[in-house]
Amino acid sequence: MDNNQKAKHYRALERKIRDSIILMSFIPMVLISVLILYQFYYSYQKKVIAHLEELILKHKQSIDSFLIEKLADIRFLSNTCGIMELSDEIILQSRLVSFQTDYDNVFVDIGVVDANGVQIAYAGPFKLGKAAYTNAKWFQKVKKDGYVISDVFLGLRGLPHFIVAVKVSSEPNSWIIRATIDFVKFNTLVHNIHIGETGFAFILNKEGECQTQFITQDIERQMVFYNNGFHRLPDNRVNIFQKKNASGVDYIYVTALLKNGDWMLVYQQQTSDALYELHHAIKLTVMLLILCAVVVIVITYRISKSIVHLIQKSDHEKQQMNLKVVETGKLASVGQLASGVAHEINNPVAIMVEEAGWIMDLLEDDSSINNENREEFKRALEQIRKQGNRCKQITHKLLSFARKSDAVMEDVHINSLIEEVVTLTAQRARYSKVQIDMKLMPNIPLMKLSPSEMQQILLNLINNALDAMDKDGGIITISSRFNSNDNFIEIDVQDNGQGIPESNIEHIFDPFFTTKPVGKGTGLGLSICYGIIQKMGGEIEVQSVLNDGTCFRIKFPVNY
Amino acid sequence: MSITNILLVDDEISFIETVAKRLNKRDFNVSIASGGQEALDFLASHMTIDVVILDVKMPGLDGIAVLQEIKKHYPLIQVIMLTGHATVESAIEGMKKGAFDYLMKPCAIDTLIAKVNEAFNAKKHHEEKIHNARIKEIGQSIESSRDIINSLT
Repeated sequence: MDNNQKAKHYRALERKIRDSIILMSFIPMVLISVLILYQFYYSYQKKVIAHLEELILKHKQSIDSFLIEKLADIRFLSNTCGIMELSDEIILQSRLVSFQTDYDNVFVDIGVVDANGVQIAYAGPFKLGKAAYTNAKWFQKVKKDGYVISDVFLGLRGLPHFIVAVKVSSEPNSWIIRATIDFVKFNTLVHNIHIGETGFAFILNKEGECQTQFITQDIERQMVFYNNGFHRLPDNRVNIFQKKNASGVDYIYVTALLKNGDWMLVYQQQTSDALYELHHAIKLTVMLLILCAVVVIVITYRISKSIVHLIQKSDHEKQQMNLKVVETGKLASVGQLASGVAHEINNPVAIMVEEAGWIMDLLEDDSSINNENREEFKRALEQIRKQGNRCKQITHKLLSFARKSDAVMEDVHINSLIEEVVTLTAQRARYSKVQIDMKLMPNIPLMKLSPSEMQQILLNLINNALDAMDKDGGIITISSRFNSNDNFIEIDVQDNGQGIPESNIEHIFDPFFTTKPVGKGTGLGLSICYGIIQKMGGEIEVQSVLNDGTCFRIKFPVNY
Repeated sequence: MSITNILLVDDEISFIETVAKRLNKRDFNVSIASGGQEALDFLASHMTIDVVILDVKMPGLDGIAVLQEIKKHYPLIQVIMLTGHATVESAIEGMKKGAFDYLMKPCAIDTLIAKVNEAFNAKKHHEEKIHNARIKEIGQSIESSRDIINSLT
């Protein structure tokens, strides 16, 4: 997979993870919220409506009682005082005063009206003595029914008020005792029903005339609007319904009949106002939901990103490891190939070298060839021999590089091995004017390894050091120690030769890398060492300073 | 200085032919065999071989097997193992089984000659010791028989 495809793949994976997490969290969240809100909405609405019903019912009852009470008061008055008494304005006045004190100034005035509608006595603030009510609706009604509670009207006084009157029969005449109810006081009864911002009540009569003061003009007067409330319900029930008013705003209306069906108490409230709390709660929940959703999305982004990143990393590592495995495999087969090739090459090379040698032998005897040619033959044949030798060195090194572990493992005292190798190289060292020092830590634990391989490594390192100090001599220091922290045995081969330039350091373990002139080195020594050390599970490091020296450090894990 | 009789054994015929030519020129008496069995047959019919130069890796009877046969039947013959295989292990194994030494192919002619001379000298030395021991034995038996005659007479 090339990089583009890879990137796409990971983005797709990220997207998948992200989407499924979001879906998984959203679906239950949304489902639950919707369900609960739904339930809540309807139960709350029902409660609100039930509450309003109760409220209006209570108010209807209290208003009705009020009206009945006032009527009863007048009746009581008429029963306890005779008409003669009441016709006396002073007595009437005192009666009015006691009414007013007893009933909190609800009564504005009292009057006595004869059968013809003429007020014969009056107590009150207005100048209504001798007023004629013959044609007044209320008068006619009280004459007929014996009592009346009138609608609100302006009347002779020019102010909105309504009348409570009873008929008193004192044979053969009848009289009407009439009282005016303070409109304002009555109004407050209704006015007090004020809920929320838009909830208020008012009273309408059958003709749609408003019996109370109202705050806004925004009310419906048509009885049809109220579902013909006057005709529908029995007296003691409350009717509640939702409807859009003339401006299209949704309202809740609660209606109740008053005064035996003459009046209708109407309570109205904008639906949105009545359900304000509910809507508020819903809004809050939705906002919270959105907030949670946003948080979930943000976190999911992060999570999916980091998960995919981790996956990417481990994929990469796996790939690296696979590459390594392949490399090792390749190396192994290369090793086998090298082994086969080396072996196959040895024989032809040997034959070539021998033939060249044979020619050289024949040349010795043949005097017919002139000196010039003879020298040239000799030189050429010598070259063949030399190159053949070089082939031999290369193939032999290749074969040992490719060799599998047919080397015999033994428990080895590393220090004795080092000493052996130093003895082996002692002569060459002396010849190159190099002194070899050993700083070996005593009691290093035994190591299981192939002594021949270890010898090969040490020889190689020491020979390299000797090569580095060939001209001027120097000191090689070989030290060994046991690092108990990580259970490693460390061997250092330190020289004070010409050092390795930094540009070469990364290449020194490469096969066939050499700085020696052609024919002097194969460039295989260190790579073979590297291979052997790796196989043993160890490490080799190099540190070098130009003209100061080089130190090779090999570390081996002590295996028990 | 007696002439050394050498038997070269290797499946690479071109190789042993050329080496034989070169050794012959240097006054060795060289015979060749291209396989293990051929070598053993040759040895059976020619008793004069001093040194056998034997390639380790050959088809059929390989070097180690031939070596063991030679040492069994002709223990005095010195064998030099030739290995192009560079598994020093098998050559060392050969030495454990009685080979005189080993050389790695391709080898310089002078190295080979030096090794052959070494082997030949070792054989001669060995034969001398046997010879001396024989003489001593004869001498001792003459003496003991003289003693017997003396005691009888």
